[in-house]
Amino acid sequence: MSPEQLARLAGELDEVEVVHNTPAFPIPGTRAEKRAERSVALWFVISALSGLAFVVAFIWWPWEYVNVGEPGYTIYSMYTPVIGFTFGFSILALGIAVIQAVKKLFPHEVSVQQRHDGPSDELDRRTVIAQLTDAGKGTTLGRRKLIIRSAGLAATVVGIGTGVVALGGIIRNPWAEGDEAPLWHTGWRPENGETVYLRTDTGILSEIARVRPEDMEPGSMMTVFPYRESERGNEEELLHAQRASDAPVMLIRLRPGTVVNPRPGQEDFNYGDYYAWSKVCTHVGCPTSLYQAQDNRILCPCHQSQFLATEDAMPVFGPAARPLPQLPITVNDEGYFVAVSDFVEPVGPAFWERPKTT
Amino acid sequence: MSSITTPTSSPGGGSSKAADALDQLDQRFHPAAGLRKQFNKVFPTHWSFMLGEVALYSFIILLLSGTYLALFFDPSMEEIVYNGPYDPLRGVHMSRAYESALEISFEVRGGLFMRQVHHWAALLFVASMIIHMFRVFFTGAFRKPRETNWVIGIVLILLGTFEGFTGYSLPDDLLSGVGLRIASGITLTVPVMGTWVHWALFGGEFPGTEIIPRLYIIHVLVLPGIILALIAVHLGLVWYQKHTQFPGPGRTENNVVGVRIMPQFAAKGGAFFAVTAGVICLISGLFQINGIWHLGPYDASHISAGSQPDFYMLWSEGMARIFPPWEFYLFDTYTIPSAFIPTAGFLPVLFLVAAAYPAIERRFTGDDAIHNLLQRPRDVPVRTALGAMAISFYLWLVMCGFNDWIALFFHISLNATTWAGRLGLLIVPPIVYWVTYRWCLGLQKSDRAVLEHGIETGIIKRLPHGEFIEVHQPLAGVDSHGHPIELEYQGTSVPKRMNQLGSAGEPVPGSLLSPDPADETRALARARHEVHERELAERDERAAARRELESRREELSGRPDDGGRPQQPGD
Repeated sequence: MSPEQLARLAGELDEVEVVHNTPAFPIPGTRAEKRAERSVALWFVISALSGLAFVVAFIWWPWEYVNVGEPGYTIYSMYTPVIGFTFGFSILALGIAVIQAVKKLFPHEVSVQQRHDGPSDELDRRTVIAQLTDAGKGTTLGRRKLIIRSAGLAATVVGIGTGVVALGGIIRNPWAEGDEAPLWHTGWRPENGETVYLRTDTGILSEIARVRPEDMEPGSMMTVFPYRESERGNEEELLHAQRASDAPVMLIRLRPGTVVNPRPGQEDFNYGDYYAWSKVCTHVGCPTSLYQAQDNRILCPCHQSQFLATEDAMPVFGPAARPLPQLPITVNDEGYFVAVSDFVEPVGPAFWERPKTT
Repeated sequence: MSSITTPTSSPGGGSSKAADALDQLDQRFHPAAGLRKQFNKVFPTHWSFMLGEVALYSFIILLLSGTYLALFFDPSMEEIVYNGPYDPLRGVHMSRAYESALEISFEVRGGLFMRQVHHWAALLFVASMIIHMFRVFFTGAFRKPRETNWVIGIVLILLGTFEGFTGYSLPDDLLSGVGLRIASGITLTVPVMGTWVHWALFGGEFPGTEIIPRLYIIHVLVLPGIILALIAVHLGLVWYQKHTQFPGPGRTENNVVGVRIMPQFAAKGGAFFAVTAGVICLISGLFQINGIWHLGPYDASHISAGSQPDFYMLWSEGMARIFPPWEFYLFDTYTIPSAFIPTAGFLPVLFLVAAAYPAIERRFTGDDAIHNLLQRPRDVPVRTALGAMAISFYLWLVMCGFNDWIALFFHISLNATTWAGRLGLLIVPPIVYWVTYRWCLGLQKSDRAVLEHGIETGIIKRLPHGEFIEVHQPLAGVDSHGHPIELEYQGTSVPKRMNQLGSAGEPVPGSLLSPDPADETRALARARHEVHERELAERDERAAARRELESRREELSGRPDDGGRPQQPGD
């Protein structure tokens, strides 16, 4: 058989009929064919040139970081665009070249293949079921209820055991400490009678900036963290106090004469016009960073819950359902703000075990 | 064939060497028959069948670029002080994970490019999966026997979303940390087990020191492993069940019309991979994404306004933003937090509905037949309208996810955008349903009109008695009374412009500057025509031979009465 006949046979053996497989250029050497060939080759050459440019740029273009405004910044800032463009374009041109080759030089093909869908042959269906049934019968398990049940028991227990092995080390009891469990408390809780100061973040960890009333203008807001004198110089403790997810508090000095409607039992949590509310949103825990002095609104930029300072941080718009917990504060005899106690309710997002507090 | 099976010993010559290598291979693994079968496989061609391919190629690029990034990334939450070349952050306390992500961006040659390739490819991966799902949905490709692959696809989108989330959480910068904080808050909202799950995931209170290393192993091993396995099954099923095809000449429920794997499909597949990779690299070089150095390390007290997750998380973000503050208390001792219903409660339901859709549709239509021919969306108005409604619901939520930007750009009250989101989510989808439904019917009628009367030519003719008519070009000629012969709709596109019938002629072949020699053009056209005629003749011959064979076989099997049974039309 000729190679063509063999190729056709190859299709027929797999139920493929090539109904249409016209060569793109049945007459060799026409101008149209040369043009097609050249255009394909051109894309390959473009791809190679762009790839070459990529290698050159990757190696010789200045790539080491230059800070904004320093000499050489512009050249440096072009590094990623240059290598991205040359590399990407070389791959893209390669792809275009191959597509062009397929479209312009490959035969235009239409083939038809038969499908074999649906159920298997009746013979296969029935024999395989019979085979399984027979295999099952041979084991005599069908009439041995004791074996089935005890095997089920063993499989269940081993399964549970596997689950225990897999999860045992991961599962931790959030309530192991009972009333002392971390979800009930924050870093503001006084320990061993030590004063908890309100400290602001200056950007330098070891710099201790305790807050006094005169540090704030009316209608201003400051983010504060718990600080104890025993932490002075201890970077790890300081960092922990500042990074704990339930620690951030907004200290807000309202404009004079602003009337606040406090929640029952929290009438003395403020110090004059100074109010401290948890900065952790009661929705899902983003910092409620935006305080608008004009209308005393506190806004969480994540999901736009809004709390009204004059209503003791009750939610007035958006998805949050509970007010921001208020931290009881006062000023000590040194003139610094201090926390009177921890929050009287859990801060941040709610959870199943949280009792209704408002 | 003989050169493969017969030992050859002729020295030299590339082809004989290749033949020898193939022979050696075949003696060991005898792949000849199996390979021939695969090379012979026919694939239908349509541009929309490439959408899934784009997802596959993006995933391959994700594996490659991700492996490279893993050589440099250190998923450690150990606190260090940054001392690298980026001035604004020098001296800042941060996690080692964030520092190593900064190192990749600033101190690894081409590292920033690679990070951006990974991020852009991730966006393209999820986006192309979603668009691919739209294609499969609107053309009915999910119908029996392909429901399994639809479910696998839905799971892949869900896993792809989580894979993306775990990935962009790793750098531990402010943006990703806030995302994690939200995920932590959402975990806590789950009734009964929320705190326990949170303690299992984070090892304690947020953030702890365990979450980044855990997300890392989930991101680089667990999820990619599962995704890879599911992609293998997904493709294996497409291969095994054969691809669906649009209705068209010669296409039936029992065949596939298209091109064979060798050479066309394989060459094009490789080329499409290169195009996908090339476009991702171009975008990644030219458009910066996720500049993690801008906002600094995660800090529970910091946030930037206008923080958005990657797009595939925006709709759940949108739902969290617009959902009313409905919090429930049980006996005043237990809380179902307001954030639960729109997030952890709502997303799984949507994915379940999507996965169950083929079963739901089968239940309502009672259609239990096997379908290999695709449908045009207009021909299934209810499904198309449902799909459009779902997309509008999704897109509306996406927009709610960036309502703060809408408020900023258009100077609208922020609260107004929230209310627009709430009301629109209830009003827009039903409107979209109705509009799409009517639109489908209109398109159906328009197709029928052309099949009945012909194509509008745009020529207005005045009849002798003064009436004006528009001249139509019938598609199937006219009957003896001069009326157009009506054609039946066959589920495929109908020409509606005269140019589609060739009334504008063809462009003259040639370069930009000069036409090809007329004799060459004529000779080529003639040669092509001859080849085509020959192919048609050969096909008729084969069909005749097949019919002959068939009737012989039936004679021999003793059922001569059935000999003249009409065949399935081959064309």
